[in-house]
Amino acid sequence: MKLLRRLSITLLCLMFAIALAADLAPGASYSRQFREFANAPPSARFPLGTDDLGRDRLMRLLHATGISLLLAPSAALASTLFAALAGGLAGYFGGWCDRLLVRIVDLMLSLPWLFLLLAVRALLPLNASPLTSLVVTYGLLAALGWASPARVVRAGARQLRESEFIFQARACGSGGIRLLWRQIVPNLRPVLLAQFLTSIPIFILAEANLGMLGLSAGEPYPTWGNLLQELQNPSSLRLEVFATLTAVALSVCCFKLIFPMEVSRI
Amino acid sequence: MTRRYAFRLWFALALITPAFSQVADELRFCLRSDPKTFDPLAVEDDSSEAVRYLTAGVLLRVNRVTQQLSPELALSWKVDRQGRQITFQLRRNVAFSDGTPFTADDVAFTMNRLMDPKLHSVTADAFRSSDLPPRVSVESPDKVSILFAAPVSSLERLFDQVPVLSGQSRQKTAVLGPFYVADYKPGVEVLLQRNPNYWKTDARGIRLPYLKSVHLIIQQSREIELVRFRRGEVDLVNSLDPDAFEQLTLQAPTSVYDAGPSLESEMMWFNQVASAPLPSYKKAWFISREFRRAISESVNRADLCRVIYKGHARPAEGPVSPANRFWFNSALKPHPHDTASAIHRLDRDGFRLWDGTLYDRGGHPVEFSVVTNAGNRPRERMAAMIQQDLATVGIKLNVVTLDFPSLIERITRSFNYEACLLGLTNLDLDPSAQMNVWLSSAGNHQWNPNQKEPATAWEAEIDRLMRAQAAEPRDAARKRLFDRVQQIVSEEAPFIYLVNKNSLMAFSRQIRNTAPAAVQPQAYWNIEVLQKTTQLAGSK
Repeated sequence: MKLLRRLSITLLCLMFAIALAADLAPGASYSRQFREFANAPPSARFPLGTDDLGRDRLMRLLHATGISLLLAPSAALASTLFAALAGGLAGYFGGWCDRLLVRIVDLMLSLPWLFLLLAVRALLPLNASPLTSLVVTYGLLAALGWASPARVVRAGARQLRESEFIFQARACGSGGIRLLWRQIVPNLRPVLLAQFLTSIPIFILAEANLGMLGLSAGEPYPTWGNLLQELQNPSSLRLEVFATLTAVALSVCCFKLIFPMEVSRI
Repeated sequence: MTRRYAFRLWFALALITPAFSQVADELRFCLRSDPKTFDPLAVEDDSSEAVRYLTAGVLLRVNRVTQQLSPELALSWKVDRQGRQITFQLRRNVAFSDGTPFTADDVAFTMNRLMDPKLHSVTADAFRSSDLPPRVSVESPDKVSILFAAPVSSLERLFDQVPVLSGQSRQKTAVLGPFYVADYKPGVEVLLQRNPNYWKTDARGIRLPYLKSVHLIIQQSREIELVRFRRGEVDLVNSLDPDAFEQLTLQAPTSVYDAGPSLESEMMWFNQVASAPLPSYKKAWFISREFRRAISESVNRADLCRVIYKGHARPAEGPVSPANRFWFNSALKPHPHDTASAIHRLDRDGFRLWDGTLYDRGGHPVEFSVVTNAGNRPRERMAAMIQQDLATVGIKLNVVTLDFPSLIERITRSFNYEACLLGLTNLDLDPSAQMNVWLSSAGNHQWNPNQKEPATAWEAEIDRLMRAQAAEPRDAARKRLFDRVQQIVSEEAPFIYLVNKNSLMAFSRQIRNTAPAAVQPQAYWNIEVLQKTTQLAGSK
């Protein structure tokens, strides 16, 4: 299991490093259209062939991989921090604070997130750059994705509140925010780590779904979701087209496998 | 032993049944959605239109290949009084599907019902040249004349869309067309059965239609439709996209047809609404003819046709596709792809290209967005190609894909957009059907709709020409007027026409007498003579 974890972490780091290196390579372009070579098969010049507009599929995949591996964990981190704050406060203080936050969490969980994303996207300024729209998309995913982890954190915080060492800390004069920050939060770390690692593949797949619907970053910016659109066209279903799918599946698997054992048990 | 043998035989037959599931003389094809109505006079959507076409008997029919008018239930017709009156001599000994005889009274009943304002019929709108209803006079059982208060342009051609209803039949489904609606399972299919009283016969005297029934399968997904076609469960696909066409060409080249340019065109326009929430310097770009022409000349239409439509499209000349044989202005040519000329035009208009970026007089870098509907792959790809083309003249184009309701909201209500890329289909060949687009006061005058007064001299000229052609009874004179409209549109480029898509379709090899047309319904316009051979579907 340890070996698999290490392998997963190595693989993810490797993917990210290659993606960054490819982006920095001179002359590399994910957007240039070689129209004479549209839908070209793999060759020395285009190792994964070209898409239907003649763009280098490998360059697009590498760029999309880099951006997804950067933005999905960032969004997951933001969502986990927010979940820690909301869930920690609700679980620790209880009472009206708990009831209010639980209601907000219920409301968030009942929102049809896809329609909300569509509505917010429609409100974006039209001249927002593709990267901005992608960051906003991930930001929205983070803003919508904290509710479920907050519930778990709240349950953990409630459990800790009743534990003996917290009673002891209280007896020693500790309380309020200090107790929350010094005693509760460090003990919630495994829960938060689990939520963080669970959120990353969820956000990756959510962006992929939006991209499949044509609602991710605008042209010519490549994202995994945009690239997966190629799979909708049965005439272009060649082996190299599945490279994006492989990259998505591989990274999602890796994120699942890097759970430490104790986190998996939680 | 006999019982066991019988069971085995039954079992074997049950196994092979799927292979024989398609019966000869039974045609199957897909509709995109359920028909919204079976009232042939209240049709608005494509599926209802398909049912109407297959079931309705009309007085005159536009031949979809020759685009000429041919007599159907009317033996002859005569247009008088400067296009205000039409008189029909009707065919005798014709009966509705329920046996009720067809007379001039039925034509009168149909026209009166059609023109009833309570019906809100879209078909009737084309006849409404004035507020007064037409006067229908039954002169004899086989002669009827209809007098309109004001001239109606291309009056006789409008009757292609008017199904004659029975004024006497008790059955609401009684029709004069080749088929009648026998069954409807919402979300599943519409079953049409052969009209036993259909009046037409072939050259050998055999009563038409040849097919016994038509199954219209409700299937929203084009991919599933294609799969079903490949499996032999569907006999024809009325409209194919270029990717599917290429795919089928590789698998079964004899089953696909490219009928040439269709009436569909893809185009782009700039928002010229004065009250639009856009910066004034951008509004100044969009109302500049030179700017629009420069954009048009920057676009490589040949590449769009080759890369996106795999050669199954052609660069568009103007508002009318060459598929519309009579009204197409053959003197027009597509705007050439000429970057040097585009830069020259921009230069004349005060723009400056510096370090790969185009700046306007005020020093603003030229950057704008184009909205299109999400999920339409050809359109998204087309926008990406235009993006690269415009980059060569220093313009930054942002492509924004929106869900359809948001897009419509922006282009029709809030006007919060800069440019839009969409398609247009002219279902009617006659230019009068496009009055709601070309008149400056019209709601579909997309670049600047609902104007109280024409904003520009050329729009005022288009208004004048369109009104003049609508009031002109002679087709040749109308053609001259509408040619001028097309020329103005080409010169001023309020719509930047990009490509005319070809009409692509596929037929099962069991179907005979096919005659693909560019005009809707492309594949089954001659439904009454389509035949299906007895070759089994399982043998494909």
